[in-house]
Amino acid sequence: MVMLVVAFVSFSLFNFVGDPINNMVGEETSDEERAELRETLGLTDPIYVQFTRFVGNAAKGNFGISYQLKRPVSELISERLPATIELVLISALIALVSGTLLGVYTGINRKGFLSDLILAISLLGVSLPTFVIGILFIYLFAVILGILPSFGRGEVVSLGYWTTGFLTLSGLKAIILPSVTLSLFQMTYIIRLVRAEMMEILQTDYIKFARARGISEKSIHYKHALKNGLIPVITIAGINIGTLIAFSIITETVFQWPGMGFLFIQAVQFVDIPIMSAYLVFIAFVFVMINFIVDILYYFIDPRIRVKAEAVSG
Amino acid sequence: MTFLKINNLSVNYEMRRETVYAAKKVNINVEKGEILGLVGESGSGKSTVGNAIINLIDEPGKVSGGSIILDGTDVYENPENILKLRGKKIGLIFQDPQTSLNPILTIGEQLIETIQTHLKLNTEEAKNKAINLLKEVGIKDAETRFNNYPHQFSGGMRQRVVISLALCCEPELLIADEPTTALDVSIQSQILDLIKRLTKERNLAVILITHDMGVISETTSRVAVMKNGDLVEIGPTKEILTKPKEIYTKALVSSVPPTNKKIDRFKIIEKENKTQGETNIKILNRWTKKEIIDQDLVKVKNLSKTFDDNFFTESTKNSVMAVENVSFNIKEGESFGLVGESGSGKSTIAKMIVNLYSPSAGDIDFDNVCITKIKSNKEMMKFRKQIQMIFQDPYSSLNGRLKVKDIVSEPIKLHNPSISSREIDSYIHDLLESVELTQQSAERYPHEFSGGQRQRISIARALATQPRLLVCDEPTSALDVSIQAQILNLLKDLQEQLNLTILFISHDLPVVRQMCDRIAVLKNGKLCEISKTEELFKNPSHDYTKELLTLMPKIESIYN
Repeated sequence: MVMLVVAFVSFSLFNFVGDPINNMVGEETSDEERAELRETLGLTDPIYVQFTRFVGNAAKGNFGISYQLKRPVSELISERLPATIELVLISALIALVSGTLLGVYTGINRKGFLSDLILAISLLGVSLPTFVIGILFIYLFAVILGILPSFGRGEVVSLGYWTTGFLTLSGLKAIILPSVTLSLFQMTYIIRLVRAEMMEILQTDYIKFARARGISEKSIHYKHALKNGLIPVITIAGINIGTLIAFSIITETVFQWPGMGFLFIQAVQFVDIPIMSAYLVFIAFVFVMINFIVDILYYFIDPRIRVKAEAVSG
Repeated sequence: MTFLKINNLSVNYEMRRETVYAAKKVNINVEKGEILGLVGESGSGKSTVGNAIINLIDEPGKVSGGSIILDGTDVYENPENILKLRGKKIGLIFQDPQTSLNPILTIGEQLIETIQTHLKLNTEEAKNKAINLLKEVGIKDAETRFNNYPHQFSGGMRQRVVISLALCCEPELLIADEPTTALDVSIQSQILDLIKRLTKERNLAVILITHDMGVISETTSRVAVMKNGDLVEIGPTKEILTKPKEIYTKALVSSVPPTNKKIDRFKIIEKENKTQGETNIKILNRWTKKEIIDQDLVKVKNLSKTFDDNFFTESTKNSVMAVENVSFNIKEGESFGLVGESGSGKSTIAKMIVNLYSPSAGDIDFDNVCITKIKSNKEMMKFRKQIQMIFQDPYSSLNGRLKVKDIVSEPIKLHNPSISSREIDSYIHDLLESVELTQQSAERYPHEFSGGQRQRISIARALATQPRLLVCDEPTSALDVSIQAQILNLLKDLQEQLNLTILFISHDLPVVRQMCDRIAVLKNGKLCEISKTEELFKNPSHDYTKELLTLMPKIESIYN
């Protein structure tokens, strides 16, 4: 359903953002030739026929040909996809792991100096825009210290369809700055969410009861409290991985990261509609998939949902 | 040597402006094999004492003086002492079994973890021990239930699991903080029997914290009475309940509704300085009093209500029959009681009578008009004006963002839009005085009032439309006994003066006995029997009624 709506929006891009024929042909093409082209491209068909065709093609991974680069969009995307996926994965990992750890720490030690410091720094993470942080990082680590590269992916190794930067030193170095930059914002969210959850759960009766049974503090914090606290965190983190991809547009631009966001920005500059619409459909697809995965994760984490599901199916 | 010795225990809560003393120099001794009752009203510090023993006082409270010596070890001497005692030597049971188990771990995981924390057993041995424990506390099919999650158990079963958790490492002291308050009478008596049995079998020392005098008199051998952090009186239960020395204890005991006889009014020693017979019900002047006619004001005929679990697929599999084919009549001017345990459908019936739910089948007649068939809103308003409701929880039934004045005036304005604002003000003042609140209360917000006062505001709001029928859904179950006595007296006075008809819903049999002329007993949505109050208590005809009556904790049992 969501996918159809998004497909419709990106389809309308074709029809309403300028005349596709105008974008394709030169100045000197005659009106007859234009009409002929319209006919062969099927642009005279009723809207719903065109839309069905668009959806059908999109389902096969065919988004047409880029106006600017004159290559199939699907090819362009599959070329750029690995870079973005690697970047998003690494930063999601950074955000989740450090966000949860710092969140638990600040949730347990509410009044310590270190907790205040973490919270203050995390506040910077939300209030500063991503590109400012990115530029600051480049200035600090690439220009002044000169230890990390300021742009690009470094050397990449090609594994069939996939190109990876994980296998070379320069590739690994190159991913540090953009992924940290990208993860900061999400990390802040997760820190605050985990902290709030921990604080709330540590007040509940079952934690008090666990203490009264003499369960060790370590087990109370990590086994009893954190596991309960992670349930809402997973929802937010799931949504946020989608946002990470969206945010990656800015980060990729700042770091000249050859990923999809960068491709999209270039496409916008040249009104390259096939790329834009393909990107939109792709992002929507990712969001839907992530939500689906989160729902499945719920099933494993929260026994209350599991039992309900069993009752319905049985 | 005394097993548990609490010496001059003081607990302070340091707030920003003031320090609250939750316990002041409390001295209590407990021996092995005895159950000590700790009784008091909310805010008396009884739970604080229980929590202090196990060093689990909520922030910012702290023990400011005295000592707690358990079997020769001073709990507070060394912070590590308590870590060795918790679970191992002291077990704790909380009030609400719904919230005291971790929802995402199976009960087996929780049991094994606790056992392995204290006893050197491998997982297999711990599992066997856990299963035996579950059997001991009366959980059937313990091997399979072992792998279930807490939400798969009913309230009573969950409390059994909690008890097994508290007892799994063989503690010698058990602190039970209101262990049965959230449970129905029949389950309450099972849990209390279980605690009594375990006390005897394992030679435990038990501290039973409760506000329920019936529970105290049936289970404990000695009792300590607390008030505002002070220990008022301590001694053998029989002596304290029959020959209380302190005025406060006397007041407390006398405000408990007796189960064996009907009395006119509750005796209230504190605060009751107005002379008998003088009525303060000012609202009488403007009340268009209806003479009581000898007729049935409410006729309920074959009433049924089903709730569908699933909105889309109206499959009968998931639907719950909350009320099934219930018929009864309420005479004008009488107090009619509806009694039953949780899930018996008593509140559902009340909501159908005030037309918050529409019945699935059957009719409700009010004053010989069938109100279930009324379609137009305008027609309905006439009846809504005559039927008003008082809810159970005085905390959530008043809008916290409105002044008392606005809360009470809303129904007046709704049913009489042309009323002048001066008229409203004096109307409200009369109403508030009728429920024994000051005129100044009108300008305040609900959170400034105590539970009992809030319930008075609810009553004032219900009276604002001059109803003929007052539906009271557990009006006092959230209140302390002494407050309960005041509210019940108020309701009785109002009924007498204003010729009200009252539908009184409660699970508390002694209260119903004091309040009602006739009683209907419900079980699982079905009507068991209807009879006159005294007849029901003396010669119950239905088996379920008999069972309820024998199970109800009786304060008088102490005399036998």
